[in-house]
Amino acid sequence: MTNPNNATITTVHRAAFTGGDALKIPTLRILKDDGSLYDGAEAPTLDQATALKMYDTMVFTRVLDERMLAAQRQGRISFYMQCLGEEGTTVGSAAALTEHDMIMAQYREQGALRYRGFTLEQFMNQLFSNELDLGKGRQMPVHYGSNAINYMTISSPLGTQIPQASGYAYAQKLRGLDAITLCYFGEGAASEGDFHAGMNMAAVHKAPVIFFCRNNGYAISTPANEQFVGDGIACRGVGYGMKTIRVDGADILAVYQATQMAREHALKHHEPVLIESIAYRLGAHSSSDDPSGYRSKEEEALWRKNDPIARFKAWLLQQGWLDEAADKAKTEQLRVDILDALKVAEKVAKPGIEHLISDVYAEPIPALQQQLDELKQHIRKYPDAYPITAGRFE
Amino acid sequence: MAKMNMLQAINNALDLAMAKDDGVVCFGEDVGHFGGVFRATSKLQEKYGRARCFNTPLTEQGIAGFANGMASQGMKPVAEIQFADYIFPAFDQIVNETAKFRYRSGNEFNVGGLVFRTPYGGGIAGGHYHSQSPEAYFAHTPGLKIVVPRDPYQAKGLLLASIACPDPVIFFEPKKLYRASTGEVPEEYYELPIGKAEVLQQGKDVTVLAWGAQMEIVQKAVDMAAEQGVSCEVIDLRSILPWDADTVAASVKKTGRLVINHEAPLTGGFAGEIAATIQKMCFLHLESPIERVCGLDTPYPLALEKEYVADHLKTFEAIMRSVNF
Repeated sequence: MTNPNNATITTVHRAAFTGGDALKIPTLRILKDDGSLYDGAEAPTLDQATALKMYDTMVFTRVLDERMLAAQRQGRISFYMQCLGEEGTTVGSAAALTEHDMIMAQYREQGALRYRGFTLEQFMNQLFSNELDLGKGRQMPVHYGSNAINYMTISSPLGTQIPQASGYAYAQKLRGLDAITLCYFGEGAASEGDFHAGMNMAAVHKAPVIFFCRNNGYAISTPANEQFVGDGIACRGVGYGMKTIRVDGADILAVYQATQMAREHALKHHEPVLIESIAYRLGAHSSSDDPSGYRSKEEEALWRKNDPIARFKAWLLQQGWLDEAADKAKTEQLRVDILDALKVAEKVAKPGIEHLISDVYAEPIPALQQQLDELKQHIRKYPDAYPITAGRFE
Repeated sequence: MAKMNMLQAINNALDLAMAKDDGVVCFGEDVGHFGGVFRATSKLQEKYGRARCFNTPLTEQGIAGFANGMASQGMKPVAEIQFADYIFPAFDQIVNETAKFRYRSGNEFNVGGLVFRTPYGGGIAGGHYHSQSPEAYFAHTPGLKIVVPRDPYQAKGLLLASIACPDPVIFFEPKKLYRASTGEVPEEYYELPIGKAEVLQQGKDVTVLAWGAQMEIVQKAVDMAAEQGVSCEVIDLRSILPWDADTVAASVKKTGRLVINHEAPLTGGFAGEIAATIQKMCFLHLESPIERVCGLDTPYPLALEKEYVADHLKTFEAIMRSVNF
């Protein structure tokens, strides 16, 4: 006997429910807090240069986050979002990809972006929405993107990138490219309809995409237990007929290994894979949020011990690949570099007025050109009211 | 030239576009082997394979999101939403994603190859959810282009232009005309311009403007007015976004009067946008108030459909009100 989709089924002859807890998906951990491996665990193949790039990238995002949150508090940028506590999740996964793979992110994945080669100057130009920003200063800070490094521009609506990733990966398959798509989203975004739509579309159409869920315990103030009652996000992948794995997000070796395996599987079988990474959002949701209103300091302190950087550092030291003193000096230098880049970017002019209407369409439509012409007339009349653009055209 | 109905013209356009460009892929609910509930994608799967013409799960937001993803990779997805009434689950993907893709990324990425095809409009006893004309919801969204053909020749030329267009397009197909409207259609590839209205009939007393399936209704009203000695200039807008204000304004400057007809409800309908713009462009030329003949501000009804619609008699009355003001 088969189901309508030709899956083999087993039958019983007495009514019995299958519980939501029937499937307990385990969590992969390779690395202990002290940097040693669990018994029976095996570190993924990782050369020293790659390992150090991963480590440096994590440190970079942590220092950048620290500095830019401060810059927001000083009123120098309008908004910021940290990825504190999730550096291992995003860097470990990005490191397992090739540069040809597309990344579609939510917004808390600056580690992946940096790993891809987004420069310090590019971060700063976007955060200050100046005229050197690839996005031409149109989106809020942290909405990064770059075609050159296959990192899709971020948008604020949650979950929208999930079905898009399915379509992007399907196109990669159709074109016969040796590349996949990796799509990041949080456990809160997984409650959106687009999660269901995108997962199912990818499964049915066999799109080579890795769905990478950052389950960090909170969606702004909403704890995960008010987001879902099932076994996290991972169990849903199984429901869509998808290969699924759960990893400890503070364990970069586990994240790296799982993503590497997922990539191989997605490419070889043209199938989506779901990875759920468990880490904790140590910082506030954003610069507009204060977590003390909805969670305790004790809880945060407990998770602070689960530091992906400290754990990986311990492993690197044991490998003899990292020098503590040199590392400290490097981090200090990084702080200086970031502050210098910040000071440069904040002095760069904002985009010119023509970029108000460029890129709405491939070419401005006549009505839009007319609106710009009228606006310029207006600005000429009241230049003092529009200091950013006045005097900068014609 | 061959005689085709509107569905055949659309099917022919899709066939030519798929033959011309490997990047053109058709998908949606029941679009695959079955060829769509209206048969617009008939035989395309047989000809181009399951990878390029396929059924999707029943999820409009999924279809739209998937299409956005494919288009951002550089392909040209032609995604079908089975009825325009069911495009609303995809509203977020279309308005927040499709429309803003190029702008928000600073042109790092775009979904220019994308076309959403969807049957729209009433007149088929479709009740609330098989009759709607949602073009005005989308007309309020910079970044989209919106096209509505009136006959098979227009449907093919405008659809091919939409697929070739470097901007995303919503292509509303008047389903009432799918089989009812027939005409001579060139068998070869051709495009008609997006953003250009077409003057179908020259006149001197009043300009009558509509689009899609309403063109036939307007024509009936215009013929009635002609019997009363009223000379109407008839314009098919063809593109809602961008819309051709210059052609409409030139006509109104000549006639001094404007009657706009659409199926969708009056309040917030696209006629309001046209009326406001033309009133500004033609203030010194207007001899009477701009008339709007539209659906009532109600959901689209079943039993009283005939009373509800912006039919030829209501349009004729508006024309006469306009010239007798």
